[in-house]
Amino acid sequence: MTLPLFSTTDDPGPSFTNLLTKLGMDPGHAINNAVAGISSSQLQITHGTTVVACRYDSGVVIAGDRRATSGNLIAHRTMEKVFPADKWSGVAIAGAAGPALEMVKIFQLQLEHYEKVEGHSLSIEGKANQLSQMVRNHLPAAMQGMAVVPLFAGWDQRRNRGRLFAYDVTGGRYEEDEYVASGSGSLHAKTVIKLGRGGRLDQGQTVQLLIKALFTAADEDSATGGPDTMRGIYPIVATISSDGYQRVDEEEIRERFELVMTELVAGQGTDDEEMTA
Amino acid sequence: MSMPFYVAPEQVMKDRADYAQKGIARGRSLVAVEFADGILTCAENPSRNLRKISEIYDRIAFGGVGKYNEYDQLRMAGIRHADMKGFTYSRDDVDSQALANQYAQMLGQIFTHEMKPLEVEILVVAVGFEPSGDRLFHIRYDGSVTDEEGFVALGGEADAIRERLAEADLGSLDLAGALRLAATSLAGPDRQLTADELEVAVLDRLHTGRCFRRLDNDAVDDALSSSSS
Repeated sequence: MTLPLFSTTDDPGPSFTNLLTKLGMDPGHAINNAVAGISSSQLQITHGTTVVACRYDSGVVIAGDRRATSGNLIAHRTMEKVFPADKWSGVAIAGAAGPALEMVKIFQLQLEHYEKVEGHSLSIEGKANQLSQMVRNHLPAAMQGMAVVPLFAGWDQRRNRGRLFAYDVTGGRYEEDEYVASGSGSLHAKTVIKLGRGGRLDQGQTVQLLIKALFTAADEDSATGGPDTMRGIYPIVATISSDGYQRVDEEEIRERFELVMTELVAGQGTDDEEMTA
Repeated sequence: MSMPFYVAPEQVMKDRADYAQKGIARGRSLVAVEFADGILTCAENPSRNLRKISEIYDRIAFGGVGKYNEYDQLRMAGIRHADMKGFTYSRDDVDSQALANQYAQMLGQIFTHEMKPLEVEILVVAVGFEPSGDRLFHIRYDGSVTDEEGFVALGGEADAIRERLAEADLGSLDLAGALRLAATSLAGPDRQLTADELEVAVLDRLHTGRCFRRLDNDAVDDALSSSSS
């Protein structure tokens, strides 16, 4: 691998995707070319499903289930869909797994590359905008059934608060104040969050709420994976606050799931009593 | 038609080397010192914005002395090289030696073929998981590379600084000790450098992922004022 040098008029600047393009490795080129003229029904693409994120008073919690499906089959049980984008932000993905993982990889590199070249990191809106452009560049493939719809969450160091962004397949970027969700189970997850967001929640309560939301999504949507106690596989949850991106301990997630299940069983108990009364 | 005068190749090379050395001698110097938990890079640099030291990759850092625009261009090329390599293969496959070789090739090429040599000396430093894995590559304006051990000094006064460093006991340095040694070696016997005049960064051996970290003025002050025990 040689030392990439450019004349001043041809310099790609701090953008890693520009650098890739200059070196003839445009990341979207291959897939967008390949999908021209095929329809998704000819392909069984692996899809990742439900991801959610929610703000709390001093940050953001972001979470995703672990299941990837291919048609009606479970393709992977341990897929990770929540990633740190850099020290201060995280990205979660839903949609065609292959392109989505590639998008995350390039997005992470894009932020790191900028930070190293410029000596400081992008503003949170700058980061959200970069992701928006990547989703838009992926539009031809999305039109053929390989949509990638990410969520972006981060800590705004200039304004000292957590921020959330949702996207659509065209690269539309929507900042939300309270919560966002993406993927096949997102409708159910959103409802749970909407109903559970009474008053001001702290970090622990928000983690609990998202776990309940993912549990409900898995309960209603076959493409979303619930907690797999048999194999010890649990959703991935991360918090982003003034301390930066931190993954929540798996043991804590397991305990919080038990709490959800205890609640559920207790709830059923009262129903039975009411019926017999 | 006038004929160009014949100039012996030895003379051409010597003139270019003199030219480059003069340019480098005008700037201030930079040192890197290995210590127990990493490698410290310290430059005399009154500017907060025009950096001499930079992060290249997870365990690799860059230092440059001489003409700012020239070493900054090399720094960017290094970051691009490392990020491209990590993207194409894996993060574990990015190594300092390949980067040092690339720099050497390029500086050598420019020195022999271009009108003007680059007026820079650069440092490629990589921290290992064990001290035996540490690498310090010193690359000069003509493309010559040296693989140093324990410490390295770059810049106009490098020879004097190297002598001062060679006298020191490098055996059991901690971060503060390494910083004090670097600052006194850069300053020499007649002056003292303050945090404002130093640019300091560390590659942290015990860290995983991106190990590069800058020390702010307060941290540098603390280390400089802590008693040498």
